[in-house]
Amino acid sequence: MARRYGPRWALSGLTLDLPAATAVMLAGKNGAGKSTLLRILATAIKPDRGTASIDGFDVVRDREDVRKITALLAHQTYLYESLTARENLAVVADHLRRPRTRVGPALEQVGLASRADDPVAEFSAGMRKRLSFARLLLQEPRLALLDEPYGALDPPGFDLVDEVIASLRRGGATVVMATHHWERAAHICDSAVVLDEGRLIWQGAAADSLAHEPRWAS
Amino acid sequence: MSADVKVLVAPRDTTPNALTAALRKELLLQWRTRGQLMAVFVFGAAALLLFSFAIGPSAVALRTFSAGFLWLGLLLSSTLTLAESFHIETEHNALEGLLLLPADARALYYAKAIANWLQLTLLGAALVPIMVVLYDAGTSRLPLLLAVIALGAAGLSAPGTLYAAMTARLQAKQTLLPLLLFPLIVPALLAAVKATSLVILGDPMGELRSWLGLLAAFDLIYWSLCGLLYGRVIDS
Repeated sequence: MARRYGPRWALSGLTLDLPAATAVMLAGKNGAGKSTLLRILATAIKPDRGTASIDGFDVVRDREDVRKITALLAHQTYLYESLTARENLAVVADHLRRPRTRVGPALEQVGLASRADDPVAEFSAGMRKRLSFARLLLQEPRLALLDEPYGALDPPGFDLVDEVIASLRRGGATVVMATHHWERAAHICDSAVVLDEGRLIWQGAAADSLAHEPRWAS
Repeated sequence: MSADVKVLVAPRDTTPNALTAALRKELLLQWRTRGQLMAVFVFGAAALLLFSFAIGPSAVALRTFSAGFLWLGLLLSSTLTLAESFHIETEHNALEGLLLLPADARALYYAKAIANWLQLTLLGAALVPIMVVLYDAGTSRLPLLLAVIALGAAGLSAPGTLYAAMTARLQAKQTLLPLLLFPLIVPALLAAVKATSLVILGDPMGELRSWLGLLAAFDLIYWSLCGLLYGRVIDS
């Protein structure tokens, strides 16, 4: 698979096979191509060359099918500032044709039940991230794509991410997360994929990746 | 002898369909940002006032051109409301979030276009009293005038929503939206101005029906075509 932005290749010659029902850590420096890979898998953008398939569905040809089974936690929150937390999730529930009764438990799971009726405009970056997680949980994805899930969160928020990932895995979902919190992620992920300038430079057990981390992160 | 009778009642599906869900969201967003509509109304009213300065004190001329001024005021105001309706979607990339759910792109378009149409119709109706006061352009056929405004607003909102989506991510969106939109809606605008003028000034030749038919035809074309094109627009 390959993808470029203008003259620069964000991903090039990437070939990967990610097993189902596992947690995979995507690591690498800024600009390594982690977010691009996640966005291609979520069908937010198309690859310029090559292809990717999820559960047999091609990310270009079967886009709607892929979207039904994937959920992306992106850098951007996908939230409406003028709506409350509850209303934001109700919009998602309505579009997914799921009952609005699921909104309350999702907010509770991310620790935002007490702020459910506050407008998102009043939320801190960490609270917005929590709400984005609640949004993702409502989608009940088979493949959860998490781009910097620990970003903007406080230490209790880090634990929340770990709990959410654990709950997704208990439900049988596959989790792919791009993160710079290498050590933390290595403890909850099964495998690791390291990218550099759009190319795969290492793939193996997440725990084994820790030995190489300082070299790749520099 | 007795028989067991089982009555099976399927649970009622209370989840909304795609268009209802999208429309519910649009109306909620509009309600939450209603202060913006007031600002746009003041802008439209100020435009009507400025047009009256341009014509001068001739009451006959003011009344003659009142329909054109009303539509120009509404047209200028529409670029603000249309652009804002997509600013909300692109601020935190909420539109992408909905599409990835996946939400139906066509339902999202029609919900947005209907919400913009409602907003423009309300705005047009609110500008009528200003027009009456400034241009002495009163009419006894107010329901008919409001119907013309509703039809004309439909002609603005359908292509306006499409072009607002096209320009939403561009830096020069405030300039590009009117540049792209205005040439496209000239036929509908002409029909709306003519029909409004006939309602206000009288219709001795019975032309109103034809102009309304023409306006409705343009609306139908815009709403069908733009709905078809929207998926491709947001995809690219």
